[in-house]
Amino acid sequence: MTRPIYLDYQATTPSDPRVVEAMIPYLTGNFGNPHSRSHAYGWDAEEAVEKSRESIAHLINAHPKEIVFTSGATESNNLALKGVVDFYGQQRNHIITSVTEHKCVLDACRHLEQKGYLVTYLPVEKNGLIDLDVLKDAMTEKTLLVSIMAVNNEIGVIQPLAEIGKMCRARGILFHTDAAQAVGKIPLDVEAMNIDLMSISAHKLYGPKGIGALYVRRKPRVRIMAQINGGGQERGMRSGTLSPALCVGFAEACRIAEAEMLIESKRLLDLRNTFYARIMKTIPDVFLNGDLENRIPGNLNLSFAYVEGEGMMMGIKNLAVSSGSACTSASLEPSYVLRALGVSEALAHTSLRIGFGRFTTAEEMHIAASSIIEAVEKLRAMSPLWEMAQEGIDVNTVRWAGH
Amino acid sequence: MAYSKEVIDHYENPRNVGSFGKDEKNVGTGLVGAPSCGDVMKLQIKVNEQGIIEDAKFKTFGCGSAIASSSLTTEMLKGRNIHEALDIKNTQIVETLALPPVKIHCSVLAEDAIKAAIQDYKEKNPS
Repeated sequence: MTRPIYLDYQATTPSDPRVVEAMIPYLTGNFGNPHSRSHAYGWDAEEAVEKSRESIAHLINAHPKEIVFTSGATESNNLALKGVVDFYGQQRNHIITSVTEHKCVLDACRHLEQKGYLVTYLPVEKNGLIDLDVLKDAMTEKTLLVSIMAVNNEIGVIQPLAEIGKMCRARGILFHTDAAQAVGKIPLDVEAMNIDLMSISAHKLYGPKGIGALYVRRKPRVRIMAQINGGGQERGMRSGTLSPALCVGFAEACRIAEAEMLIESKRLLDLRNTFYARIMKTIPDVFLNGDLENRIPGNLNLSFAYVEGEGMMMGIKNLAVSSGSACTSASLEPSYVLRALGVSEALAHTSLRIGFGRFTTAEEMHIAASSIIEAVEKLRAMSPLWEMAQEGIDVNTVRWAGH
Repeated sequence: MAYSKEVIDHYENPRNVGSFGKDEKNVGTGLVGAPSCGDVMKLQIKVNEQGIIEDAKFKTFGCGSAIASSSLTTEMLKGRNIHEALDIKNTQIVETLALPPVKIHCSVLAEDAIKAAIQDYKEKNPS
C-alpha cells in the first residue's frame, strides 16, 4: 500500500535531506562529547555546536549566547515558565497566558497555580487572536510574565507579537512566546518584538526530532532557574550532554528556512489559496476556523458541517491529516482551541486541520481537494443532520438526547 | 488506531443507507445521539402486518465505527419481528465488528436506536 499524502505539517515535518546530510558526519566520525576539553574529538564537537548556535540565533536576530539547547519545545516552555517563576517568583506572582496555548504551557501553568501562583488565561476572539485591551487590563504590578504563543498549532493564527512585546517592555513584564509553529515560517525578530524568551522546536521546521531551544535574553539580562541539574552545560541553565548531530541538523534547518522563507511562503500561500478556493466553491457549509489574514501560509482548519471528523478521515485514507473531533483523541472532548473560538461542539466535531509544507506538490494538493470533496458528498448523503438541514430544520434547535 | 476489516467493509459499503417517510404508519423512526457528542444515528424500520421488520434504513453522523454499527444493525433487524428485535444487544455488535473499548458507545447508540424505532412504531400502532 502506498503511504498517504502527508498533510500534517503542524504535527511534524520530515527532516530536509540537506539537514540529514549535515548531521551524518556527527553520528559517525565526529562523535566526540562537545563538553570534553582535553582532546580533538571534544574540540571538534564543541566547534560544531557553537557554529550551530550561530545559525539558530541568526534566524531570530539573537546572539548565539542567548540560545539554550533543550530536547524540544515542551521542555523549552517548561523551562521558561518554571525557570522564570523559580527565579523571580518572590517578587511577582502573576502570569498571563491564553486559553489556546499548547497543552504543555497550560499544564505548566496549572502546576504553577498549584504551587500558589496566580495565572490569568486570556480568552481569544472569534478569529483566534487575543484582544490587546484585555491583555492590558489583565496586567498588574504583580505580573511577572506574559506567555503568548506566536502561532497556534491547530489554527495557524499569528498573535500580534510586536504589540504584546511593546506592552510588556513598557511595564517591566517578561515576555515569553512559544514559537514552535512560527520559527522558520514567518520572520521573527527578538529585538524588534521585545521578546525575552522564545521556545523553538527543530522538527517543526524540517530539522530532527529530539532537539529544540530556548532563547533567553541577555540584555537586559533575563535569569531563569535550571530545571535539570547536572554538569552545568548551557551556561548552567540546562545540564546534559548535547548531541552535536542534532544541534547541527537543527542549525542547518534554520539556515535553509532563513534562505528560502520568502519564496517558500509564497509557494505555500498559492497552494493553500487554490485548495481553499476549490473547496469553498464546490461544497456548501464549510467554515474556516481562525483568521485567514493573520495566519501562517501552510495551515487551514476547516469545519465540514454535518460530517463528523473521524468518519471523514476514514473516507480520505489517502491523506494524512488530523481532526479536531473528539474520537481521534483519548479525551473524547472536541478541540479546546476551536471551543475557545466559540465554535460549537457540533461543528468542532466536523473539523480537519490541513497542513501544507515544503514537500507538498500542486498535484498532491489537488488530489487532496478532490478526495475531501468526494468524501464530504458521500458522507453527507448518509448524514441525518445534512438531511434535516435540507428539510429546513435547524439542528441547533432540536432537543437532542445526549449520551 | 486501526479499524477491523468488518468496520471497514461496512464503512465502505454501507448497507441500507436512506430514509423512509417518517410519517408513514408502518414506519418506526429512532433518532439518537447528539451532534455535540459527535454522533447521531437515525434508524428506521418498516414493519408489515405480521409484525415482521421487512426493511430497515439508516443515516448516521459519526465516526467509522458508528456508521458500521448502524449499517450492521439494519442487516440484523431485517426479517425479525419487532419483539425479537429488542433482543439485539450491543455486545453482539461489538463482537461482530470487533470494536475496541473506546468505540463501545457506538454499539450502545445502535441498541438505543433500535429501542427508539420500535417505541415509535408502537406508539403509531397501539395494539
